This record gives sequence, structure tokens and C-alpha cells, in this order.
Amino acid sequence: MTDAIQSAVKEFIMTEFLPGEDPDELTPTTPLVTGGILDSIATMKLVLFMEERYGVRLEAHETDPEHLDTLVDIAALIRAKRG
Amino acid sequence: MATRALHETFTRTAAAWGGRTAVVEPGRGEIDYAGLDGLAGRVRDRLVALGVRRGDRVGLYLPKSIDGVAAMLGILQAGAAYVPVDPGAPAPRCAYILQHCDVRLVVAEAGLADRVRPELDALGARPGWLVVEAPGGGHGLAAALDRLDAASPAPAAPVQYPAGDEVAYILYTSGSTGRPKGVTLSHENAVSFVDWCSATFVPTADDRFSSHAPFHFDLSILDVHVPLHHGARLVLISEESGKDAMHLASLIASQRISCWYSAPSILALLAQVGRLEEHDARSLRLVLFAGEVFAVKHLRALTARWPHPRYFNLYGPTETNVCTFHEVPLPVPDERTAPYPIGTVCSHLRARVVDDAGRDVDPGAEGELCISGRGVMLGYWAQPELDARAFLVGDDGTRWYRTGDIVVESAGVGYTYRGRRDRMVKRRGYRVELGEIEAGLYRHAQVREAAVIALADEEAGVRIRAFLAARGGARPSLIEMKRFCAANLPMYMIPDQFSWCDELPKTSTDKIDYQRLKALP
Repeated sequence: MTDAIQSAVKEFIMTEFLPGEDPDELTPTTPLVTGGILDSIATMKLVLFMEERYGVRLEAHETDPEHLDTLVDIAALIRAKRG
Repeated sequence: MATRALHETFTRTAAAWGGRTAVVEPGRGEIDYAGLDGLAGRVRDRLVALGVRRGDRVGLYLPKSIDGVAAMLGILQAGAAYVPVDPGAPAPRCAYILQHCDVRLVVAEAGLADRVRPELDALGARPGWLVVEAPGGGHGLAAALDRLDAASPAPAAPVQYPAGDEVAYILYTSGSTGRPKGVTLSHENAVSFVDWCSATFVPTADDRFSSHAPFHFDLSILDVHVPLHHGARLVLISEESGKDAMHLASLIASQRISCWYSAPSILALLAQVGRLEEHDARSLRLVLFAGEVFAVKHLRALTARWPHPRYFNLYGPTETNVCTFHEVPLPVPDERTAPYPIGTVCSHLRARVVDDAGRDVDPGAEGELCISGRGVMLGYWAQPELDARAFLVGDDGTRWYRTGDIVVESAGVGYTYRGRRDRMVKRRGYRVELGEIEAGLYRHAQVREAAVIALADEEAGVRIRAFLAARGGARPSLIEMKRFCAANLPMYMIPDQFSWCDELPKTSTDKIDYQRLKALP
């Protein structure tokens, strides 16, 4: 099933943080924070992207690895925030 | 001046300020001076009952918490040295540190203890344990002590006051051979630094200090020990919230922090994404930063938004803690692009600038900054060969620590940082030996050759690029390499970029040619 939010976030992460990588390597469950792909600065950039693109505002506790570690988690968080 | 033990003043402060808040852990709780002294005393009694003696090392392997502060003080009161270990670092690295300095015991969070125990077993190390189930607010530590007391009460043990030259703590930093090295600091080292901070920043009991840096990072010495010397309040910022630049300004406002201290990287992020205009930061009177160069454009943005505090650039390796300082004159001019100087030498230390042969250079010439005095470390734990290289011994027998930093001195401003003489870089305030990253990469089964270079980057300060040659045909993906690094290296050591080559370029003597690597696109 194609998930529009996951696709958009994936495209952002591929372009910003994984240039040159085969897109098939980044799966919906690849660990992003605990897997060393997103460091703290990259996570901030991702949060800014999410806030701007989807008009959501993330709270402090929502920017930890528990909520942002995979594309599945990120898409779920955005959906929950949009209500 | 007679030297006292690092925790000596705290005992008096606690008696004088008993009911005042000592440490706040936002969202988890707070503790007053009497409570903190009581909890630290219980740790001391239990450690002694478990066999810890003056002169021992004790691992501190807890997330940042009131429990961690109390454990640190309890270890010192037992006369032992604390060895803070990064809860976020891979278990093999933590086990190496605990084994290397032969800790008698580890105060550890339960999950972390489970992770590191098999690694310690494999190294043949068998330390004692004080396991804390759920550290936070001091409650987890108190519960752990309650459980042990119920089984067998710990007899009261006297507070130990080690001499100035006894070890207070060991901070492990990146080592070029792939193994971290233990910077060993004495009570006199720590106390002389705390006293310099007291004279320079004049803290009072009304101050509220941030604790942004993790305890295994040398910035934590100022964060923790300066406020506790003055009856001030320490506000702990957890590892997670510390990285969250978008919400730090609200924390500074709600906790009414007056003295902020961190690496510049988080302040640069704060200036960019911190929504500073939404929060009242009038409580701030001091913003101190150290650990790397603060990009001027971000410092300008920060000071424009927050013009009221005083800003200090503090400089110094873990081996000396802060050794020079410079107050940034405000406003930061629009046309300025050059980073600010590292400034003049602190009053408890002396500085000189030498050439490769160890001779003083002419005033105004470039050279390596060397530091001597009461703040300079005892040495590297159990690595005398590193000590021999780290110190220049003067004709009068004075030990001068060679910082490895190339500086130039000019009238009026003191020293300006120019670069490094070796392969060490600063990233997010951390010291990173590029050789340690290479050693980590070589552990990957598919990696035949690895070389790492650091490139200047205006946004991130420094970008780390790894060049690799694969064993056989298949090249691991970028994601696989990042995941491998995340499992084997601290986060701040993971390269930003990976490039594969058939073979790395070599010099005529068959060594990796770093100059050619730097020229590659």
C-alpha cells in the first residue's frame, strides 16, 4: 500500500541525509535515529520539514526516537497530530 | 591556598542551605540541599559496605538524573573517583572504559547494567554493582538503597576528604588508536577550576545553572560543582531534551535559568529553530560556550535575539578544563565573519606557545598552546606512554600540557585558535580522533581499507567523510554502514558521508594519502 506521508518523508530523508543511496534500502521500518541515519541536527531538520509541510506542531516529547525512529512511526505521528 | 576535596564545600553548603532547592529534574522532581546530602550520604555508606575504599574508581552509568548527581557526590564522599560512562554509547565501549580503569563497583541503571555485564564478563572484569531500577527524581536510587538496607543496613561511614593530588574523576575521551583514553583529574584540578569560575562569574545562591552537557563531558564539572558550591540551583536537562533545540527556549524560560553553559552547536540550533521570540529569557545573565568554534553568523543571531546576558567563549581541552576565556563584546558587528578569540589564560594556569621543537615562538607567531598549573590533569589512566607525549617538561621541571591546538597571541585579545597539529576534531563539542572512527570502520567484515577526513562546514562546524574500499565485490549500503557505526561508535562519531573506492590513494611510502582524499569530489 502506498502511503503518501511516508513517501514524502522518505523523499526528504533520501535527498537530505542519504544522497546516492538506493531508495529500496530505506524501508518503512529502517531505524532512522537508533540506526545512525538521523543525528540531532538531522532530526531537527526533519521536524521542521514535518511542521512546515503538514502544518503540525510537535511537542518536546514527540521529537524523541520513540516517535521518529521509522517512516511508519513518523507517518503515524503526523496523522495523529492532524487529527 | 590550601587544597580541599571537591565535595568539601558541598557538605558545608548543604548545612547552610538545607531547605533550598539544589537540583531540579524537569518533569521528574526536585531535591533540596539537605535531601541531596542525605541521599549522597546513603550512597557513601552503601558503597563502603560493598567494599569501596578511598582511592578506588566507581563507574557512574546512569542517565542524567538527581540519582546521578547524588551517586556522584556519594562516590566522592567515599573517597573514590567517579568515572562517568555515556549511557548512549555502545556497550563494548562502556565495558572497555569500566574495565580499563578497574572500577571497584558500578552504579548503574538496570537496563544499562544488563547490557554491559556480558561485555565485562568477556573482558574478565567483575566489579560490584549498585543497580538502580528506574532512576529519576532521586526516587530510583532511594528505592535501591531501601531494598539493600532492608536486607542488611549499611553502617554509617565517615566522609573521606582526599588530598589534592588524589583522583576525583576520570573522563574518557576519544583516542587515536581506536580506544578511548582516561583523562585523570585530581581534586586540586577540579577545585582550582571551580574557584576560578567562582571568581570570574560570581555565582550566588539565587543563580540557576543549566546542566546541558552529559556527565562524561568536561563541561559537566562547571555545571554540577559550581552551583553546589554556592547554594545555587542546578537544572538538569536530559539527553533527549538537550538535543531538542525547538523546546529549549521554553525550558530556559520556565526554569528561569540564569547561567547557561553548552557547546556552541546547540546554541547555533537554538538561534535557528528555537522560536526565541516566544519565550521570556530575561533570567539569563550568562551564556557560556565551549568545546568548538561558534560560527559567527549564528552567534550574531543569538545575541541579537538575546542581547542582555554576557557571553563568554571558554576554551580548554579535558586535560586542563577551561584554560582561556574571552568575553564577546556586544553587539556582534554585521561585517564580522572571523570567529572570536579564545582569549586570555585563566588566573590559576599559565600558558606558553611553542614550536615543533618545544621552543617559545616570537610574540605574534603561530605555535602550539601549552598549559601548566593547578588545573592540569595528573595524566592518562594507565597509559604512561601517552603521558610522555602529552607533556613538555620545562628546564625548571614544570609540566606543560601540549594542547595540540595551534594558536597565535595578539595584544589586547590574547590567543586566537588557528587549527590542530594532529587528527583530532571537535564535533558537537566532543573530541573526535579520526583514527578512532577508522578503527571502528575496520571492524566491519566487508571493509578492507578505511580513511576518514574532516571538512569545515559552516552549518555543522565540521563534516566527517569516510572513504572505504570493500573486501570482495559487494559494497554495503550507506544505511548498513550508518547502522553498523551506530552499533559500534558514539553517535557523534558517525561519518556524515561514505564514499567507496576500489582502492584508497597511497603515498610513495604506501601510507594512505589524506591530502589526495581531501581533494576528491
